[in-house]
Amino acid sequence: MAVEQQRDIISQVAEEFGRSPARLLDVARGVHARLGHLSEESIGFIAEALGLERVRVRDTISFYHFFARQPRGRSTVYLCNAVVERMKGADAVAKAFEEATGVKMGETTPDNAISLAYTACIGLSDQAPSALVNGIPLTNLTPADVPMIVETLRKGEDVSSLPQAKVKKNLLKRGDIVFGAMDPGAAIRKALALSPVELINEMSVSRLRGRGGAGFPTSMKWSFCRTAKGEAHYVVCNADEGEPGTFKDRVILTECPDLLFEGMTVAGYAIGAKKGFLYLRAEYEYMLARLETVLARRRDAGLLGTNILGKGFDFDIRIQVGGGAYVCGEESALIESLEGKRGAPRDRPPFPVQKGYRNQPTSVNNVETLCCAARIVEKGGAWFSAFGYEDSKGTKALSISGDCERPGVYEVEYGMTLQDMLDMVGARNVQAIQFGGPSGQCIAPDGFGRRLDFDDLATGGSVIIFGEDRDLLEYMRQFTEFFTEESCGWCAPCRVGTTLLLKGLEKILEGSGTKSDLEALKKLGATVKAMSRCGLGQTAANPILTTMENFPGLYEARLSKDEFIPSFDLAKALEEGCAVTGRNPDLEEKHA
Amino acid sequence: MSNEKMTILIDGVAVEATEGQTILQAAADAGIYIPRLCNHKDLLPGGHCRICTVKINGRPGSSCTFPVADGLVIENDTDELNAMRRAIVEMLFVEGNHYCPSCEASGNCELQALGYRLGMINPEYPYQEPKNEIDATHDDVYIDRDRCVLCGRCARASVQLDGKRVFGFDGRGLGTRIAVNSPDGLGGTNLSVDDRAATICPTGCLRVKGQGPDIPVGQRAYDSTPIGSDIERKQTVKQAT
Ligand SMILES: Cc1cc2nc3c(=O)[nH]c(=O)nc-3n(C[C@H](O)[C@H](O)[C@H](O)COP(=O)(O)O)c2cc1C
Repeated sequence: MAVEQQRDIISQVAEEFGRSPARLLDVARGVHARLGHLSEESIGFIAEALGLERVRVRDTISFYHFFARQPRGRSTVYLCNAVVERMKGADAVAKAFEEATGVKMGETTPDNAISLAYTACIGLSDQAPSALVNGIPLTNLTPADVPMIVETLRKGEDVSSLPQAKVKKNLLKRGDIVFGAMDPGAAIRKALALSPVELINEMSVSRLRGRGGAGFPTSMKWSFCRTAKGEAHYVVCNADEGEPGTFKDRVILTECPDLLFEGMTVAGYAIGAKKGFLYLRAEYEYMLARLETVLARRRDAGLLGTNILGKGFDFDIRIQVGGGAYVCGEESALIESLEGKRGAPRDRPPFPVQKGYRNQPTSVNNVETLCCAARIVEKGGAWFSAFGYEDSKGTKALSISGDCERPGVYEVEYGMTLQDMLDMVGARNVQAIQFGGPSGQCIAPDGFGRRLDFDDLATGGSVIIFGEDRDLLEYMRQFTEFFTEESCGWCAPCRVGTTLLLKGLEKILEGSGTKSDLEALKKLGATVKAMSRCGLGQTAANPILTTMENFPGLYEARLSKDEFIPSFDLAKALEEGCAVTGRNPDLEEKHA
Repeated sequence: MSNEKMTILIDGVAVEATEGQTILQAAADAGIYIPRLCNHKDLLPGGHCRICTVKINGRPGSSCTFPVADGLVIENDTDELNAMRRAIVEMLFVEGNHYCPSCEASGNCELQALGYRLGMINPEYPYQEPKNEIDATHDDVYIDRDRCVLCGRCARASVQLDGKRVFGFDGRGLGTRIAVNSPDGLGGTNLSVDDRAATICPTGCLRVKGQGPDIPVGQRAYDSTPIGSDIERKQTVKQAT
């Protein structure tokens, strides 16, 4: 394409977003969609169009997984290689794609028709193996499906009419709170009859705690945010749902978007915000059009926009689509991303409720938390707190996948035991449950009496079941690899430490680990946990640390009897030199 | 900003602090050194290296970013924290390619000095052997990314002290690299050798060209006194023993 034409396109896209530097992520997405990748030239034109330095543009763009910097094929297959996907045969599907296209994963066909790439969990572990093809999800893939998909792409046809282009709802248990019936406007009507303080008091009666994983009391978050001084206050809904094995927000976003938007509106009223953002992970872009339709319908119904229900309250919502980065689910990284920057977390304090979006007080809440909040306003805090267990009130939407008969989303009351969960989904002969995703813990059968409970087993909702025949430590290796790929790179202990954790574990899995390696790995895990800047690094060692704790035998069985085996491979280090000089020293003899 | 005085406890010693200070600043004013690398007194904190992590009321946090509050109880000079700080320094050594004996920065290098101060003998971790290109396109300054610790000092200095934006980051995770504001390398930017950014690098990554070391090895900044000595000389409080 001619340079001038490229520049015009970029200028048009920038214009769509008011040439606002804060909309850099949207501009980059728009340009990427039009031009297929973001070249060095495009970066320059984007910088020019937004009045930014090019290094600033590059700083942002180079961070996100879905922005290609090199030209790619007309279609891109992003095959998901998350743990559950690989348990369900993603490797064979990858091989089938390589055979059908004649190129390897990570490459593009010579006719520029198709690029193949891997991607982390796309929120479809209940219908794995899955892939995103030009943004469209394909599910329950088998190697036999692949030739047809490749053929369709070669012809330049749309994959959305293929039989695999179907996302099953898989909502297998509806509770009364999140997935109950809903009357749009009911919560808002009630909310506007209360003062913001009264509304927050109702939250406090409900004892609702955040569903994103950390379990912070929502009433406190809103109250801090409401009383924090600022020029404006903001509501942010966290729909980044990146924890491998989680997909409940996908189902909430498709099943009850009205309840969610109602929750955001109620939150806005409570904290004094006029503006809300839904941060939608890039993998869920296929839901965007429908969500926008719901927003438009709500505006028409007077439930969103200016003077809501004639009560003088203004509030509107914008959807921000991400660019592919797990860390953007971390609330402060999410805010950075929302501001058009790389998703590097911030140091706290200050917390987002004090200085969040544009340094103004911001409440970041999970999708499910906001749905609960709407329901609490509708039905009352006391009604809500009648569900649940001890300090964990209400219900939790769980995403259950892995080795079980009925993977899917289940809304259950807090207090349920793990064994009851296994029975509910038809799982037998279970070796382990990965509870809360890779950042959570790996639990052995002697822990299956434990309960879903913030104060014992807190979770964002990911439950992955490993049957007794699985090579558990291999999956822990894959989880650890996930963290190396998703570490943002800002802080040293996480950036380097995650890779060192992976290498340390691999050494043991290869059979060349000794007892001292095991000790060193444990120490390294403790360092990465304590010293990292955000929750990503602070939990990245959990797959290793919790299996060391709960499955010590698996490690011991892999250890070498040797006292010490160096991780430095002399033969490998000399390989290049040997090839150049044509000599082959007898290393064994010298070091015997 | 108000000048309200308050007291924090660092390793059992009461230290006076002023509202608006960070823990690291309050400690330094009292002559207590908290090891740090990415921090620089003329720059806003970046929070990159985490070497200045202390325990704040029992929980780890970076002292360069954490604001003082009356009554905070800080642990700093403990075996546990120093071992973890040393581990981070080792990580930085294996992440890059730091050939101290032949590096011009040797003796003035803050990474090397931290290694000494924290008792690093030899990194325990496997070397990552990165492949990086040297950017020598600028007339007066070059970048050797092998020796970059991604402290972000140059990037912050360029914005905060020089009023430019010469540097930024590229990529993420272990693939993160320092980037410059031109497709043609450092030479295509408006960096001047007189910019603070040009000389604020703690290691041998960003160096001024054509300058032989005028101080011989053995007499450089950290050759005879450990890093942090300047702060400790100011000590105003008696260390509890
Ligand atoms: C690496 C990382 C990823 C996260 N991803 C998500 C996510 O996808 N969705 C979410 O709601 N919270 C996520 N969180 C937690 C958020 O930081 C934050 O605690 C949450 O959105 C607060 O909402 P809540 O109070 O409603 O739970 C993540 C945290 C970390 C450290």
